[in-house]
Amino acid sequence: MMENANPVWVIADQENCNLLPVTLQLVGKARSLADDLGVSVEVVLLGDGVEAQADNLFGAGADRVYLGNDPELANYHPDVYTDVIVGLAEVQEPQIVLLGSTSMGRELAPLVAARLKTGLTAHCIDLCINKDKILEQVIPAYGGEITIVCPERKPQMATVAQGVFPLPVPDEGRTNEIVPVEGPFQHKGRVEILEVVMEEPEGIPLDSAACVLAGGAGAGDHNGWDLIARLAKELGAGLGCTRPAVDEGWAELETMIGQSGKMVSPETYLGIGLSGEQQHMVGIAGAKTMVAVNNDRKSPVFNQVDFGVVDDCREFLPVLLEKIREYREKQASC
Amino acid sequence: MLKIVVCVKAVPDPKKACDIKIDPKTKTLLRCDVPMVINPLDKHALEAALQIKATGEAYITVLSMGPPNAGAIVKECLALGADKGILLSDAAFGGADAFATAYTLAMGVQKNGAADVVLCGMASSDGATEWVGPEMAVMLDMPVVTMVREIVAHNNEAWEVKAALENGYRHMKVRLPAVFTVTRDLNTPRTLSFSGIIKARKKEITQWGLDDLGVPAEKVGLKGSPTIVTEMRAVENTRTVEFMEGTREEKAEQLVQKLAEVGVL
Ligand SMILES: Cc1cc2nc3c(=O)[nH]c(=O)nc-3n(C[C@H](O)[C@H](O)[C@H](O)COP(=O)(O)OP(=O)(O)OC[C@H]3O[C@@H](n4cnc5c(N)ncnc54)[C@H](O)[C@@H]3O)c2cc1C
Ligand SMILES: Nc1ncnc2c1ncn2[C@@H]1O[C@H](COP(=O)(O)O)[C@@H](O)[C@H]1O
Repeated sequence: MMENANPVWVIADQENCNLLPVTLQLVGKARSLADDLGVSVEVVLLGDGVEAQADNLFGAGADRVYLGNDPELANYHPDVYTDVIVGLAEVQEPQIVLLGSTSMGRELAPLVAARLKTGLTAHCIDLCINKDKILEQVIPAYGGEITIVCPERKPQMATVAQGVFPLPVPDEGRTNEIVPVEGPFQHKGRVEILEVVMEEPEGIPLDSAACVLAGGAGAGDHNGWDLIARLAKELGAGLGCTRPAVDEGWAELETMIGQSGKMVSPETYLGIGLSGEQQHMVGIAGAKTMVAVNNDRKSPVFNQVDFGVVDDCREFLPVLLEKIREYREKQASC
Repeated sequence: MLKIVVCVKAVPDPKKACDIKIDPKTKTLLRCDVPMVINPLDKHALEAALQIKATGEAYITVLSMGPPNAGAIVKECLALGADKGILLSDAAFGGADAFATAYTLAMGVQKNGAADVVLCGMASSDGATEWVGPEMAVMLDMPVVTMVREIVAHNNEAWEVKAALENGYRHMKVRLPAVFTVTRDLNTPRTLSFSGIIKARKKEITQWGLDDLGVPAEKVGLKGSPTIVTEMRAVENTRTVEFMEGTREEKAEQLVQKLAEVGVL
């Protein structure tokens, strides 16, 4: 008898018919998981006018693409997408299903998991296959990392944020197959999407900023936060935050860095008034230089940075802003 | 009358979350020493329900699964204006992952009678999976919209909402009954009033255990959870900190120097 030959799946996420980077990153990861298991990588690609993207998926490591190409699939619709994916999964029985922690993935993953009556791990920072051929899903927690498995039920499902895994190097020479997914794609009439509106993000985009400054609970209040925002502007840095800053209403959820937020990979990172909790710090990958300002010399954040300032940020930042101004003046005059 | 169920979770005070550690034996969280509060986002869900009630007829039930001391946060919700409080509490419910939590809550919703709207926070501050709302929706066979940031229009048949996307929003119309998860942009939660606290004294909290829900023990708690924690590791630190020392001015000057050296200035 064959060993478990069930494939590893990725659910593709696209915007205006272009794949999101996280999809290709996941296909790359799925490839290595599938190689460890000796099985194939299959991608479910839904949209309208997305057929040209199949080649990119093959290049990233997919063996097979289930292509649902239909006007009804143009926008993500919770009921329609869930029905299509659950329908396919019940027949093809993937052993692993991966989704990006995108707006779509965060809603679609639990819908699919609940329908398939299986487990789902949120915002993983690593995935690997153990000796029992089970998917180990790593998430940060309480000062360390924990491994989660879903040993009894299939598929094993996980979401992963953009930027956790690298983009795979495209490999042109793979054999591959497109399997069309046939409609009709009808929704139950419960949910009607009236409009999808895109808004321009404000400020320097965090994903590509060379310098990222993150503020935390230590800002204290709106005035403290304004100082942090001013410093970010002064440094030309992307402004990110920890969760308390979102909870307090100082910063937008979209700017939260970490496990359940954005992943960033700047050259330089500055953390102001934050404690260096794992859930935040995992969001910063490969920074050359890390700096922290915190009023507690014993704060764990200082174990994770190169340069530290022990001070009240509300007192320190005005002085720092002044010193930056002086430095700039001196540079300009010589 | 619109029947609204608001799911509220008792979470360790996020402001003191660093004190929580993992129990190496049971691999669940040791949360004993941290005071429990209402999950911040669930206050926004409750506020949405209270605002709907203020404009029309609605009956608000607060539903929470947790240890017996989570009753305190249910009581707080009653004091904020909810009509009925239900605490799902049973040793068998312990150690639940998102799937088992969603199942248990869904059973609670069902036992309580037909709900028109189920409101959840987008995420809990300690679990933060964001799964419980959508998974409940599947189990209750209701549609779901996550990350609702505005309720544009509502009546007893359908709600029109705007839900956040990474860079924008979706404007949707959803037929009831339905589940919604909300973000903090939706509203500003009210604070406790003295008269609310007095009124809440007369309101009872209903407590249901495994037998009341009439579900098999294998489907709840740790046993009903498809996912399990197998391992915990500490993370190694790879950097050594160099502190800026001296007066505030001196520290600032040194930091400016460092920032210039790495090319930020
Ligand atoms: C499943 C899960 C997922 C999560 N995902 C994320 C995530 O993606 N991103 C995220 O950020 N968090 C996330 N969290 C929350 C995370 O665990 C921490 O609670 C959060 O990162 C702490 O933020 P903080 O460092 O700003 O606040 P705190 O931990 O409260 O630290 C504040 C720090 O500021 C210092 N301070 C106080 N006053 C001053 C002052 N005046 N000047 C200078 N310093 C001062 C204090 O010494 C302290 O070190 C998640 C949690 C869970 C459970
Ligand atoms: N134990 C619980 N009791 C009541 N509601 C819960 C519970 N766990 C989660 N929820 C609800 O589900 C939302 C999302 O939680 P989570 O999936 O843990 O991020 C919360 O904001 C609550 O509204």
